[in-house]
Amino acid sequence: MTDTSLIDTSPQGSTRRSWTFTIGAIVVGLHLVIGLSTLFWTPYDPTAMSGGRLEMPSLAHVAGTDRLGRDLFTLIMIGSRIALIVGTGAIVIGGLIGIAIGLLAAFASRTLDDMLAAGLDILIAFPTLLLAMLIVASSDGASLWTAIVAIGIANSAIVARLTRILAKRVLRMDYITASRISGTSWIGVVAIHILPNIWPTLLVNLALQFGLAVIAEASLSYLGLGTPPPNASWGRLLQEAQGTVYTAPLGAIAPGIALVSLVIGVNLLADGLRDIADPTRRRRR
Amino acid sequence: MKGAAILSYLLRRLAILMVSILIAAMVLFLLLRLLPGDPANALVSVGADPEQIEAARKQVGSDLPLSEQFVGFVSSLLRFDLGNSFISQAPVLPEIGKRLAVTVPLTLMAFLLAVVIAVPLGIIAAVKSDRWYGSVISVISQLGIAVPVFWIGILLVTVFAVNLRIFPSGGFPSRGWQRPEAAFESLALPISTIAIVMSASLIRYVRSATQDVLGSDYLRTARALGASFSEALIRHGIRNGSVPVISILGIELASTLLGAVVVERVFSLPGLGSMLLLGIEQRDYPNVQGVLFVSTLLVLLVGFAADLAQRLIDPRLRDRTVGTDR
Repeated sequence: MTDTSLIDTSPQGSTRRSWTFTIGAIVVGLHLVIGLSTLFWTPYDPTAMSGGRLEMPSLAHVAGTDRLGRDLFTLIMIGSRIALIVGTGAIVIGGLIGIAIGLLAAFASRTLDDMLAAGLDILIAFPTLLLAMLIVASSDGASLWTAIVAIGIANSAIVARLTRILAKRVLRMDYITASRISGTSWIGVVAIHILPNIWPTLLVNLALQFGLAVIAEASLSYLGLGTPPPNASWGRLLQEAQGTVYTAPLGAIAPGIALVSLVIGVNLLADGLRDIADPTRRRRR
Repeated sequence: MKGAAILSYLLRRLAILMVSILIAAMVLFLLLRLLPGDPANALVSVGADPEQIEAARKQVGSDLPLSEQFVGFVSSLLRFDLGNSFISQAPVLPEIGKRLAVTVPLTLMAFLLAVVIAVPLGIIAAVKSDRWYGSVISVISQLGIAVPVFWIGILLVTVFAVNLRIFPSGGFPSRGWQRPEAAFESLALPISTIAIVMSASLIRYVRSATQDVLGSDYLRTARALGASFSEALIRHGIRNGSVPVISILGIELASTLLGAVVVERVFSLPGLGSMLLLGIEQRDYPNVQGVLFVSTLLVLLVGFAADLAQRLIDPRLRDRTVGTDR
């Protein structure tokens, strides 16, 4: 759905860039701190009725309470942790599988390469969400891990395609031939020449995949295919809040803001990383 | 000569379409069988004895070897038969047809609305990138891709159904399109939801296509020959810029069609997506398989149409008889 190559933009150049990186780092850092802190401390017990049902925000409950009287801010904080786990898990899985397949395709014979490329195109055309839905639905009982694995696998196709293209570009270089002649093994070529050359672009892409993974998991949870509370993701909170939107609209808004802020934060970070990784882009246009 | 080129292209593209449909059917079939769990499980209760399970497997055909199952699947496809639901025993195809009457208008109208919003805004964002409103459009379209579609839906419900009470928060009239105004009313928010998300990403493509046009030699030449800026942009820019945009439109339309599942849940619409979701929850394999097959088919057809449209617009592609499709 989203193409990563077009995110970038305007002509203002490097000042705007360092700015995107900083803001992105602050937002993501904040989520990281909040997410990690929930391992030790939360304002209230996430499973306990700490207030009345659907209370409006107050000093005691900054974001109010949900329909079971649980503190919404506590649940949103836990959502940060879940989102970070999902994003990280999905890009680790997607990255490892994707890079491996991409490299294999880049080195493979013409026929195998064509087959892999066609297979990847089909997988990419199949929406992440549907693939994840099928995997989650077929494994008995939806859990956070099935969702992460499903999203990771779906993302791996995109990573693989990118790795393949980037690696092929590097492989055409004269220094690869020189390196091979001087006796470097294929594994050596990958380690010494290919990975160092392609990682900046891959990293930026993975950062964007992180945001997409968070959205995909939230959508799965929204559809009722994610983990139930107290370890619920923002998607589940939003789904529960939709039923009470007439009396307590905030519950349907706050978790969404948390989600969007994390995704935007990661996207800004990716945008900033792109420049750090590739200085030539700064002077384009 | 030109006509022949088009014809040969058309035939070749049709052949590719047929092969893709066959491959899609195969992939789908395998994917559903590779997943853990026997389809027969939907029919038996927990703790059923082995004979009951065996009987259920026989009933759904999962006791046959995979190859036989596949031959059966393809031959019934050729007879436009997608089987019967495990749960309701109703034939799958007519049910899908009923649901397409919601999903297709929803997707198409959202798509048209998105194009109407995105094309002018994308062009403005590129042409007026030095003005504040140009930048605002770019920033908003970038924010748009970070927002999950279901949240936009919930926000629209909160504003337009809860606070303003202009539109219903969900549901679809049981008499469907017999009362078009009621149907339109209930589709208003879902359509806007999809259109907002879709236009956010479309704006970025239109903007980047316009930027390419702005930097092109032909535009400069046209200006040098005395055409005004807008004249040059309209006469030469639109046709050139639309080629890459159309292929993106095809992909966007396809992903919206498949992505409608979430939006249909937000607004409790009886469309293809909710049929799929229900099928997954109930382990109703024929329904799941049928929905996925029909939607894949639609996606392939959309891709086919987008390719043809590109050929018609771009003579460089049109006159090429050999070569790949991209």
